Amino acid sequence: MSKNSKLLTGPINLNNPITVQVLGICSALAVTVKLEPAIVMSISVTAVLALANVIVSLLRNTIPSRIRIIVQLVIVAALVILVDQILKAYLYDVSKQLSVFVGLIITNCIIMGRLEAFALGNKPYESFLDGIGNGAGYAMILIIISAVRELLGAGTLTLPGLGELRIIPQSFYDFGYQNNGLMILPPMALIVVGIIIWVQRLKTRELIEEA
Amino acid sequence: MKIDTNSNIYTFIYASVMVILVAAVLAFTAIKLQPLQEKNIRVEKMQNILQSVGIESTVENAETLYNKYITKQIVVNYKGEEIEGDAFKTNLSAQYKAKKEDKVLPVFFVKLDDGKELEVIPLTGKGLWGPIWGYVALENDFNTIYGAVFDHKGETPGLGAEINKSWFEEPFKGKTLFEGDDFVSITMYKGGKGAAKLAGDTKHGCDAISGGTITSKGLERMFKEEWLYNYEAFLRKNKK
Repeated sequence: MSKNSKLLTGPINLNNPITVQVLGICSALAVTVKLEPAIVMSISVTAVLALANVIVSLLRNTIPSRIRIIVQLVIVAALVILVDQILKAYLYDVSKQLSVFVGLIITNCIIMGRLEAFALGNKPYESFLDGIGNGAGYAMILIIISAVRELLGAGTLTLPGLGELRIIPQSFYDFGYQNNGLMILPPMALIVVGIIIWVQRLKTRELIEEA
Repeated sequence: MKIDTNSNIYTFIYASVMVILVAAVLAFTAIKLQPLQEKNIRVEKMQNILQSVGIESTVENAETLYNKYITKQIVVNYKGEEIEGDAFKTNLSAQYKAKKEDKVLPVFFVKLDDGKELEVIPLTGKGLWGPIWGYVALENDFNTIYGAVFDHKGETPGLGAEINKSWFEEPFKGKTLFEGDDFVSITMYKGGKGAAKLAGDTKHGCDAISGGTITSKGLERMFKEEWLYNYEAFLRKNKK
């Protein structure tokens, strides 16, 4: 496998930002009650991450190392505000759904983490791929968690453009099936993340650290 | 010549240039996009008002429909007297904070195709994470609720955020604000122990959201002391 394609696929499994690098856990808890916000959040984070990676990588040789964190923050914050403004002007419905989450992208540790760990030391194109790859890895986990939580918690799946789809049929409820209200609460997101980490490490032995 | 990126002067210049550049870009975009954003907000408000009286509109036809159905817009004070002002442009969050005597309260009058006359009162309040608001349409008796819509800025998805869903809004229809001569407005009841109370309060009780207690309570306060009580004199005056 070439080095570049590894940048794209690595973060999906072996170097996943959430389950292996343990970055971005906070938003994995906050936006995964329903599938739709999780998908939109994933797309936004991927876009901001890829762009910020490219910009920081282009500037990497000029950034004074003592204020590099501040420079990165300014770049990310400016990008997020731009995205927010454009959404409000052209995609008002989407921006309403995302509401506070757009602002939360700034504080998403995946972005700062990847800027520090990768973009500061690599060329723009590789940084772009790293951004897309990590965004995809993040998206995958978010989508799995939110699908599980929404399905068990509300019996539905909400997809962008399609609206709320009822997956568990009414006849189940008639027989006494009940939605699990606990799934909607934040602790269950953590437990689902835990289960994903467990399953992943069962399948890929090399991820298990020496005790 | 190689520039020393760690020198103090370089750091200062770098930081200053960056801040000015970013500020310019952001200010430019904000100014450029402002008209479009304001239009979106205006159209949404029109759509909300129309929706509270049961008229579905799209972004394109909202303005036409609004001009067709809204016959009159007035603002009143807490004594129920009509005063000078633009109902549509009234900033509700500023009125929410204003002193009772200074409050400017908008009312929209609607005439439907079948000749039915309704009044729409905008609502504003606080949820768990931020503002919640809504529009309640009253029948011509200034008492019975014809329809209600709610929305929020950032309530918890799947819990408090459900207030803008039709299953939540539907039960408000047909409820009354007055009990005899008392202004009791709407009370929210949660399931469990509240279910029995809800069943006993068919005229003023609505189903709250389990897990969305603070949002539901905020909504109830919006119907009571925090907002709708300001309209009491106005409603009482016109009540039939």
